[in-house]
This record gives sequence, C-alpha cells and structure tokens, in this order.
Amino acid sequence: MKFINFINNLDKRWIYLVLALCIIIPFIFPVGFPMKTTPPVKSIYDFIEDSIPEGGVVLIGADYDPSTMAELHPMAKVIAAHALSNNLRVLFVTLYPQGAGMAQDAIDNVLREWNKSNPDNPKKLGKDITLLAYVPGVSAVVLKMGEDITQTFNEDGYGNKLSELEIMKGIKNYNDINLMVELAGSSVVLTWLIYANGRYGLKMGIGTTAVSAAEYYSYLQSKQAIGMLGGLKGAAEYEHLLDKKNVYGGRKDASIGMDAQSSAHIFFIILIVLGNIAYFVKKKKEGK
Amino acid sequence: MAVSTNFWIWIAALLTLAIYSFLYKDNPFYKFAEYLLVGISIGYGISVYWHNTIITKVFNPLVYDKNFLVLIPLILGLLMFSRFFKNVAYLSRIPIAFVVGAGTGLSVPSSFEFLFKQIYATMPLKLDIGSLIIVVGVISTLVYFFFSLEHKGFVGEVSKAGITFIMVAFGAAFGYTIMARVSLFIGRIQFLLSDWLGIIK
Amino acid sequence: MFVRRTLPLLVSAIFGIALILQFFVPHPASKSFYNMMLDWLIIVSAFTYLIAVQSTVELHVTKIKRRVEGWQYSIIVLVSLFVTAILGIFGGAFMPTTLWMKIFPSVKPSDTTPLMYTYLYMQMPMQSTIFSLLAFYMASAAFRSFRARSFDATLLLITAGIVTLGRVPLGEFIYKGLPDVVEWILKYPNMAAQRGILIGVQLGIIATSIKIILGIERKYLGGGK
Repeated sequence: MKFINFINNLDKRWIYLVLALCIIIPFIFPVGFPMKTTPPVKSIYDFIEDSIPEGGVVLIGADYDPSTMAELHPMAKVIAAHALSNNLRVLFVTLYPQGAGMAQDAIDNVLREWNKSNPDNPKKLGKDITLLAYVPGVSAVVLKMGEDITQTFNEDGYGNKLSELEIMKGIKNYNDINLMVELAGSSVVLTWLIYANGRYGLKMGIGTTAVSAAEYYSYLQSKQAIGMLGGLKGAAEYEHLLDKKNVYGGRKDASIGMDAQSSAHIFFIILIVLGNIAYFVKKKKEGK
Repeated sequence: MAVSTNFWIWIAALLTLAIYSFLYKDNPFYKFAEYLLVGISIGYGISVYWHNTIITKVFNPLVYDKNFLVLIPLILGLLMFSRFFKNVAYLSRIPIAFVVGAGTGLSVPSSFEFLFKQIYATMPLKLDIGSLIIVVGVISTLVYFFFSLEHKGFVGEVSKAGITFIMVAFGAAFGYTIMARVSLFIGRIQFLLSDWLGIIK
Repeated sequence: MFVRRTLPLLVSAIFGIALILQFFVPHPASKSFYNMMLDWLIIVSAFTYLIAVQSTVELHVTKIKRRVEGWQYSIIVLVSLFVTAILGIFGGAFMPTTLWMKIFPSVKPSDTTPLMYTYLYMQMPMQSTIFSLLAFYMASAAFRSFRARSFDATLLLITAGIVTLGRVPLGEFIYKGLPDVVEWILKYPNMAAQRGILIGVQLGIIATSIKIILGIERKYLGGGK
C-alpha cells in the first residue's frame, strides 16, 4: 500500500527528471538497435532513386517552423541530399514565413556537407538547389504555381530573378516537377493535396510529424500520395536508406536519436501501467 | 569534441535552459525568453514579408516593370487598414469579403474532387479482409458522427462499431503523439549535448 | 448601409460564383481571369499579416500604458520586435543587402544575414524548446490520467501501447513482427476511421463554403451593422 500512496503523491518533477535521463543516457551510451524500413518511406526513396531522370526536379515544401523542426528538419536535409546525389535539382518552397528560415538553414547545411564529402561533384546555390521567395496567399500560391512558377514568385528567396536562374531552366509549372515532398505538421498538407495534386496532378509524397501520421494513411490508401515519412522514425529510416549509398557525410540527426526514442517509449508505457495499477488498487480499496 | 566556443551557440544554449527552468517552476528567466520569442518571431516575419513579398511582388513590378495591374489588389489590401479608423472601419470588409469569397470559390470544386477521390478509394476493388474492414470502418464512423438519426436499433449497433474504429484510430494517433513529443525533446538534447557541450558527435 | 452590409456580401458572392464557374470553363479568357484572381489574392493576403502585427503591437503598447501586471515584459516584446525588424529590413532576409555590405565592407554576399542569426540562435532554440516541454506534460498526464476505465478506453490504450512500441527499433528487437502489426493497424482500422472523420469534415467545409457564397454565413465579416 505504501507503494501505491507513493505513486499517488509523487511530485511530477521526479517524472520529468527520469524522462530527461531516459533521453540523455542513450545519447552518451548508444546501443544502435537495427531497424526495418516501412513501405511508405521506401516508396518515396525508391521513386527519387529510380524514377526521376538526371536533371529532374524535386520540390520540397518546407511548411514547418522551429516547433516541429526536430522531426521535419532531418527529413528536409536527407531528401535534399538524396536528390542531389542523383544529380536532380531541388527547389524549396514555403507557404509560411517561418518555413523560409527553416528551408534556408536546410539548404545551407546540405550544400556545406555535400561539398565537403563530394569535392569532385560540387553543388551550387541557384544552379542545383534554391529557395523560392516566400509569398503569402497559401492556396492561391499553390494554384498559381500550377500555372506558372516564375510568375508566382518572381524571385528566389535571395532576391535573384527566377527567369535568370540556371536552376529554373525548362521549369514552367507542375508539369516540369517530377515529385513534390511536402513537409508539414498541419492541415496545409491537405491544401497541397487538394490543389496541386487534385487540380494539377502533381505527384506527391508527404513528410509529417508523428502526431499527424496516423491521419494521413487515408491519402496513402487513396494513392493521392505515393509515400510518407512519419515523425523522427520516418526520417531515420530514410537516413538509413541513403546511408547505404555512402555518398553524403552529413550528421544523421534522426538516426542518432532512435535509442533515446526507444527508451523514452518504454518509460511512457511503464508510466501508464503504473498509473493504472495505482488507480485500480485504490478503486478496489475504496469499493470495500 | 569540446565545449563550444561560439558566442551564438552559447546564447542559444542559455535561452534553451531558460525555458527548461520552467519545468522546476515559473521564473523571470522563462518569462524573459517567452516574451523575447514573441518579439523576435514577429520581427522576423516582418523582414521576410518586406524582402520576399512587398519588394518582390509589389515594389519591383510597380517601379521597374511598370505593371500597374498590381495597383488594384494593392488598394484593396490597403483598405484593410481602415479598420484602425473608427468612422471608415467598415471599408475593411471589402478586401476580407474578396479574400473569403474568391478563396471559397476556388475551394468548392476542388474539395468535391478530393471528396470523390476519398469515396472512390473506399470502394472495394477486390474481396478481402482489408477492403471489408475499410468499408465497414468508414461507414460506421460516418454513422457515429451523423446525429440526425437516433442511435437506436440497427443504427445504434453500427454507431457502436464506429466508436470501436474511432478508439483504435485515436489509440494509434495517441501512440504516435507520444513519439512526436519525445522527438521534440530529443532534438533539444541533441543540440545541448552535441553543438554546445560537445559530449557527443 | 449598402457599402457596410450589402457590398461585402455581393463581392464575396460574385467572386465566389465566378471562380466556381471558371473551373468548368476551359476558355482562354476564363483562364486569364483565373490567373488574375490568383495574383490579386496573393497581394491582398500580404496585408492580413501586417494587420496581425499591428494588433500585437497595440496590445503591448496598451499593457505598458496601463501598467498592467508584468508590463515590463511587454517592453521586451516591442524592443526585440523593432530591433529584429530593422536588422531584417536593412540587413536582408537570407542574403545581405547591398546597403548592409556598403556599411560593413567585410560582409560577403554568401554570409549569414543578421536576421538569420536571430532566427538560428534565438528563435529556433526558444520555439523548439517551448514545444519540447510537451514531452514532460505528456509524461505526467500518462501517469495521472490515462486510465483503462471502460472497454473503449482500454482499446485506446492497448492500440496506443502497440503503436508506441512498434514504432521504435527496441520494439522490433523485442518482437520482430511488431512493425508489421503496427503497419496493419494503421492501414486498415485506423485508416477507415480517419477517412470517416475526413469525409465528415470535408462535407462540413463544403457546406460552409456554399453558405458563405450565398451570404447565409456572415461571421467572417465581424459584428456590427
């Protein structure tokens, strides 16, 4: 009974402390459990790997902000790196001002890491990768891109005219984009699916936070999206796939977090079980 | 690796810790960081708007490309500011009506299209357990949310099946939410241990 | 009265109906009308953000004027807002402006802008940290509130447990087939319920849209006459 009382009166700050330790310790003493790739992740990887010809275009939607960057930022980096490794062009687009900063950081990071590990095949901003200017209007922007991408933005995020940029050669609208991967944790995913995929037939994949992942299985089954990266685990699976190619030396942000993710999940299950034991014991005692 | 000597990394680390101090209890360091965040993020938003939108979409087309068609939406947009002047505040309703009306007009046909795609995908193409679960699940969930019919008799049974499906879906979403929240914390620990303290790679 | 009430309703009805009709008319004139509408929407939308900024500034100015408890924090908001905006406008968003490079000749075009410094080293850590606090709250809630009180609640908790374990490498280590079990739950029962909800929500959105165009739904215009 003492134990049950202890549980019922526990200061929540002890729980906080144990949770923090559950996450810090695996970082310092990593185990590195192997993991399987799930089909929704594999299909995006395979599409970029096999179905886009050299010089093709991957559009990455950076519609997230720092609040969910832990999950989505690793996706942005690894997908961009994968596209570069196949000599594809990468365009970043965002429907929110905060996303522009995220995209800029991802581009900066990927270019630096790529050029460090591949000095013989250097990639350049404005030629191989760039960020389209942030333009407000959300659905209007998605629709306008289906008509004319250059006219939608006029410039890239750095103030260069799109019509003069090398990367934009031969790109008019969605017909010239081989795949878009939308990274977001909000209903903006639906905006892209309804307008870009629905009205203009843009081929799409989704990268989303774990919170939304369960919801988006509807779009996978209906084939409106070819695949999905769900949460940090999805990003880690993609990193593993790219790692096998051995072309990119950037830090594998998602993969190194997986041990911590495992131990924290076990802790959560223990918490729920303990909480329920305490609840039922107490209920039984009060019932007597 | 060793502890970072980069001034900015230190700023980032101290601000991170200032926010975590809230877990112990509310304090002025947390409050300071919280309000600083509000100010900085709006200031950032204004800057991005200025360079990427005002300059690119309004100033350059008007001044350099002499595209005077921009003037109509510009005036419409400026009308929004009328809300700050009491006697003409009603004028701000016109641009709002335009944005809402045009936006709605664009969305209706595409939303129908989207809806049909979802319904079409629900139709079983072959007879197997999976397709059966999908059909039963979708219909019973819809029945559960359809309140115009009294949930009694057969309808009541179907709606009960609906709630079972919904519980499984919420359970899955809940399990995933645990994952999401943990990941956010992992992101910060990674920053503190790697970029700041240099304990891990 | 006309300008206050009828005109806004007319504007939304006319543009709403015109753009629905446009969808079904492939004529070039219809296409160029559609394109023009998209351009207008983009530019008008730009001003909605500025309105939001104005409202926040006003809120904090009032707090300072009235010396509301904690008004000192409002000074932090205003100062950081103006400093960041000025740095951003004069220094450039993602590439230093020519003006900035004239003032500081050592700055190269490829350098990080002052705005990005505030974003990367202040906004990014703070915002992501605030959201990571949710992990702690959820842990405490898992311990205190997630109880198997009924059949439905038990079902929810069991599914949650399977997904939580099956989505991390450790779960796969414990039982090899777990990821496939999770994938099955997500693909079938979960997807069915999610789609049911999605269809319901979409029907609601379409109904509201039609009400807006017909002028039955007017809340978006705000109160007053």
